[in-house]
Amino acid sequence: MAETVIRTEKLTKRFGDFVAAHELTFEVDKGEIFGFLGANGAGKTTAMRMLCGLSIPTSGKAMVAGFDVFTQPDEIKKNIGYMSQKFSLYEDLTVSENIKFYAGIYGLSIKQIKLKTEELLTELSLKNEAKVLVSELPLGWKQKLSFSVALVHQPKVVFLDEPTGGVDPVSRRNFWDLIYYAADKGVTVFVTTHYMDEAEYCNRVSIMVDGVIAALDSPTNLKKQFSSDSMDDVFYKIARGAKRSE
Amino acid sequence: MRTLLFLLEKEFKQIFRNKGIIRTIFIAPVIQLILMPLAADFSVKNINLAVVDHDHSTYSQILINKITASGHFKIAAYNASYKEALTTIEQDKADLALEIPEHFERNLVRENYQKVYVAINAIEGTKASLGGGYLASIINSFNADIRLKWIQPDHISPSPTIGITATNWYNIFLDFHLFIVPGILVTLLTAMGSMQAAFNIVQEKERGTIEQINVTPIKKHIFILGKLIPFLVLSTVIFTIGLLVARVFYGIIPVGSFVVLYGSLIIYLFAMLGLGLLISTYSETQQQAMSLSFFFINVFNMMSGLFTSVDSMPAWAHTVIQTFPSTHFIIIMRMVVLKGSGFGDITYHLAAMFIIGLIFNTWAVLNYRKTT
Repeated sequence: MAETVIRTEKLTKRFGDFVAAHELTFEVDKGEIFGFLGANGAGKTTAMRMLCGLSIPTSGKAMVAGFDVFTQPDEIKKNIGYMSQKFSLYEDLTVSENIKFYAGIYGLSIKQIKLKTEELLTELSLKNEAKVLVSELPLGWKQKLSFSVALVHQPKVVFLDEPTGGVDPVSRRNFWDLIYYAADKGVTVFVTTHYMDEAEYCNRVSIMVDGVIAALDSPTNLKKQFSSDSMDDVFYKIARGAKRSE
Repeated sequence: MRTLLFLLEKEFKQIFRNKGIIRTIFIAPVIQLILMPLAADFSVKNINLAVVDHDHSTYSQILINKITASGHFKIAAYNASYKEALTTIEQDKADLALEIPEHFERNLVRENYQKVYVAINAIEGTKASLGGGYLASIINSFNADIRLKWIQPDHISPSPTIGITATNWYNIFLDFHLFIVPGILVTLLTAMGSMQAAFNIVQEKERGTIEQINVTPIKKHIFILGKLIPFLVLSTVIFTIGLLVARVFYGIIPVGSFVVLYGSLIIYLFAMLGLGLLISTYSETQQQAMSLSFFFINVFNMMSGLFTSVDSMPAWAHTVIQTFPSTHFIIIMRMVVLKGSGFGDITYHLAAMFIIGLIFNTWAVLNYRKTT
């Protein structure tokens, strides 16, 4: 029996009359790559923001990395990494300055920061770009860097909100190599995406429609259940009933 | 504390990398401090005068000479009639019209009594009242001159007069710059403190980088300190440059102690940075932050006694401006720079600034949310 890292029970978020996420109940195991799919406006980002402690749920329960989202948001923050839809490292700092800054505020020692910087630069083959301003990097590289920075303090879970938006297929494939590498080391990966080929890479996938989870299983089982031969087709069959969209 | 050091390192790197910001922060205040006091000079010179002389006598000539010799007036036109003189005023060529009636000299000599007429363009209140005042005092002195010439004083003057001897303290030559330069320096810090800090935080919101900060376990007061300290340091540098400019260009050397000056400065910046922070918590975009800070800066600059005396405001307005940090700091600056006041003399103003600062900062910290 694998260790459960994320557990939610009827997790709900309302904005006035609008129910952005309605009674979400699911579990994610350690080292799992958990795909979170849904059309625009289905409530993916809201759900993720609640789990990261950026947004306070209206009702329900949720535990992340062993801590309660209502009462221990600071403990959660020490144990998670987050990469937002929008690239959010400092463009006017260099690659190594960004690594140093985040490593520093997560409490790594100067020695650890040095080692970590070396390690990341090697892993990402950015050694020559260590002193380059982040604004000058191509988007694919920026995303890889922000993923690595999200992992700089060795969190138990990393949340990725559409991490590969707007980059070419080769860069996306490279990005997923990093995800696999992290998952192999035991990091739980919670990822939202619009790319159905990426959904195939996940261990399990949940599909949200209008604020509720409409389906949740491994890609293979989902395809069987909806008698489709691709995730694309599965997604279409589930999501076409959606009433909300942008 | 360690976290704070990483934040400060990052902030200073970003600020110094932004050449545009560095220019506006350092060069703009210097230029403003050099230029603005020249405009904010209330001594009135070059008042344009239209003269209508119907008498063309020796005495009328003496009067006109006396007026031009005073240095305040420039003869803009000699007009043949009062109506013509009014036209020059209407055309904005003259500010004042002086009409010397016919038989001016004869009536003065024979009847010992004569009127002159003065019309004043009162659109610019200060210029009008000062101009009228100068002209009246010149005519009075002309009057005294001729009386002296005609009447042999019988040891006792025919009308009793009280002579006034005044001594000007702290600003012996009534140099307007001495009064205005310390005040202008305050307004520069007002803009710097509140605006730059507000923009900096709102920029992180716009770029989305604040999200990344919000998922870290960083404490919000540490994050806020990390934003305030760099601007406290920069503002102190600007203040120092300002004092140097005041010394080099206007010869103003503070009479009071630098400990008092810088001590007060820190309390003032505590209040103004608090306001900037508060503005940033209410703004999602730099445009909103700009509009809000512009409002406050305008009100502060116009109402805190920089140009006009706050004592002449109605009582309620006088109460309102007590809540402006700049009101107190302008007073402190003038007291310390010109009179050499010490902490004991400015306790009220320091306490007021501190309380205002405490309110702004507490409000801002409460309103700053890491979560929604």
